[in-house]
Amino acid sequence: MRWSSTRPRTGVWSTCNKTNSRTLDAVLACAFIVSSASAIFSFSASAEEKQLSIYSSATSYSVSVKPHDGQDYVALLELLQRLGPVTAKADGSRWKLRFKNSEAQFENGKTRVRIRGRDVNLPMSFVLDNGRGLVPVSALSILLPELLGKPITLHEPSGRLFLDNTAVHFTAQMNNAAPAGLVINFSSPVNPMIATEPGKLRMVFQHEAVVAPGSEILTFGNKLIPSATYSATNGAAEIAVSAAVPLFASFSNGGRTITISPAPQASPTAQSVAPAAATPSGQPQTAGNTITNSNLPVHYFVVLDPSHGGSERGAALSDDLAEKTATLNFALRMRQEFETHGLSTLLVRNGDETLTLDQRSGIANRAHPAIYVCIHASSEGTGIRLYTALVPAAGESHGLFIDWNSAQAASIDTSQSAATNLAAEFSKRRIPTRSLVAPLRPLNNITSAAVAIEVAPFTGGVSDLSSSGYQQQIAESVVAGILEVRAKLVAKP
Amino acid sequence: MIPRHLIIGVAVMFVVALSTGAYVWHMQGSLAKSVPDADQTHPLPPPGNGPSEQVTLYVAHDDTGSLRPQSAQIPLSGGRQERAEQLVKTLLQLYLGESSPHPIAEGAEVRAVYLVDPGLAVVDLNTAFAEKHRSGILVEELTVASLVQTLSSNIPGINRIKFLVEGEERESLAGHADLSRFYDVAGVDRMISQMQTGQ
Repeated sequence: MRWSSTRPRTGVWSTCNKTNSRTLDAVLACAFIVSSASAIFSFSASAEEKQLSIYSSATSYSVSVKPHDGQDYVALLELLQRLGPVTAKADGSRWKLRFKNSEAQFENGKTRVRIRGRDVNLPMSFVLDNGRGLVPVSALSILLPELLGKPITLHEPSGRLFLDNTAVHFTAQMNNAAPAGLVINFSSPVNPMIATEPGKLRMVFQHEAVVAPGSEILTFGNKLIPSATYSATNGAAEIAVSAAVPLFASFSNGGRTITISPAPQASPTAQSVAPAAATPSGQPQTAGNTITNSNLPVHYFVVLDPSHGGSERGAALSDDLAEKTATLNFALRMRQEFETHGLSTLLVRNGDETLTLDQRSGIANRAHPAIYVCIHASSEGTGIRLYTALVPAAGESHGLFIDWNSAQAASIDTSQSAATNLAAEFSKRRIPTRSLVAPLRPLNNITSAAVAIEVAPFTGGVSDLSSSGYQQQIAESVVAGILEVRAKLVAKP
Repeated sequence: MIPRHLIIGVAVMFVVALSTGAYVWHMQGSLAKSVPDADQTHPLPPPGNGPSEQVTLYVAHDDTGSLRPQSAQIPLSGGRQERAEQLVKTLLQLYLGESSPHPIAEGAEVRAVYLVDPGLAVVDLNTAFAEKHRSGILVEELTVASLVQTLSSNIPGINRIKFLVEGEERESLAGHADLSRFYDVAGVDRMISQMQTGQ
């Protein structure tokens, strides 16, 4: 749809002479070819971008790997930012880094580094690129133990770095009893991206430190599901299950078990499925975490949505703090707190990913949570602002398909009840709180109870938003408020 | 030898084709003259030169995070659409002022307000308005609520408002306030009343 205050000029174009029209066609064709070629080129370039995934007990995330003189390099500040307070300063060709209580001095083009007063030699030279300190990936196994004060495991070929005892092990066993299926048990809950293709079901683990079993090729002696292979590359592990029939995956045991079964044949009787919100026409339902061909909805008690991410930075809270970073930090803290209380939690994004609002609501609605919590951050004002949806006038709903824009309407009372409890918990902790309604997507597209929390500084300083004490206080309030209203938050079937 | 009637037929068709071409060429010239260049079009009409009238502007205040009604005496012309444009222009001038209670970016403008349907107003903002707007749920909500309330209170009959940016639909104002929807005045009233009382 386009509205314009100037009159359309189509009449002028339609009377242009034939030569002009041909020239225009040729120009448009060239532009199309050039833009298509550049789109394909940029897509393949971005698809080939190298990543290094870092797994610690508190978080997992990825950083970009940059080639330099034929070697792989990473930005050290970016790598350490999620692990603790870190600052860096460039001074001519020198670069000083302070991480927690450790100090390190690097020099552009030099392999010698001074860490905690000791000289350490890197296998390749340090690079100072526009004020950013880049270190070779191969040097991380030398640098990080010095800076972190603990051993690490670097698996360079697969681009994976394990900081604590974070490895997630798995076993896969064929269950031949009807209904037959491949049961994969993991040592910790997992939430892979799942995709199917003819003869294969792939599970990609970007955020979980899934490690290889004894053998990378597993055979099951089953005609329908004969084998599975494990591989790890570019910061992610993949388990690919081969099959002679279409497969679907279902989760159980709090995300610790994935059962891969042959997809059931279409039944003449209608299946009972949970109501789904109809997406706007043309909107794909793909997202970071999808379950393809699964008829069994995944249940999580809470879905936490750190707003913004990737190219969408949100508000610039300070010169070096973007809203997308602050929201993720709060979300990670909340997830930890929820899981401490035994409540299963799904993070809509666990890294610096760009997601559309429809993708966010798709992820949340497919998880059928008891409550969806969207997290925002602001440098203006103080304390907490709690929002429930300003639901637009209801459109048409058809049977199981609910109007996308007013999908929240049926749950708005529960959402307001949850917001009231959250406000009470914040007030108990003397955090200034306001409760409001807002025209904020994707709140109105969520089929379960849904609230948004906008966190502003406690005392007025933006640094509060990075303070672990404040983050913890907010996380505890949110968990306490939701526990208080738990009985009302009935997870949908 | 070519039959005489065929020669006459071809000659007549040639004359008709020439006349049609000349007519189309003439029409093209007239149309080009009548369509102003987009660069020369001013999105808003000049300030109203009608008699001054008292209006109520609903002004966003960042310090309290609420709207406050404020009376203003402004010259308004007769048409509803022109009145609507003059109202929002006055509101924006207030926000662009030095002691603005809710600053918006320099260059922010409303290109036009269309009353396209009984009850529907379409507010077309310029790029600077959206691109340079401060980002945050409350700050964006205040802007939207202020525009909706000011228009609906002073122009009788408006019950829905749609926001566009440079004539096109946009997902949000500056990352938060939803611009993909139509704003029901009744819903915005509810939003504002909670803003005024929200603890």
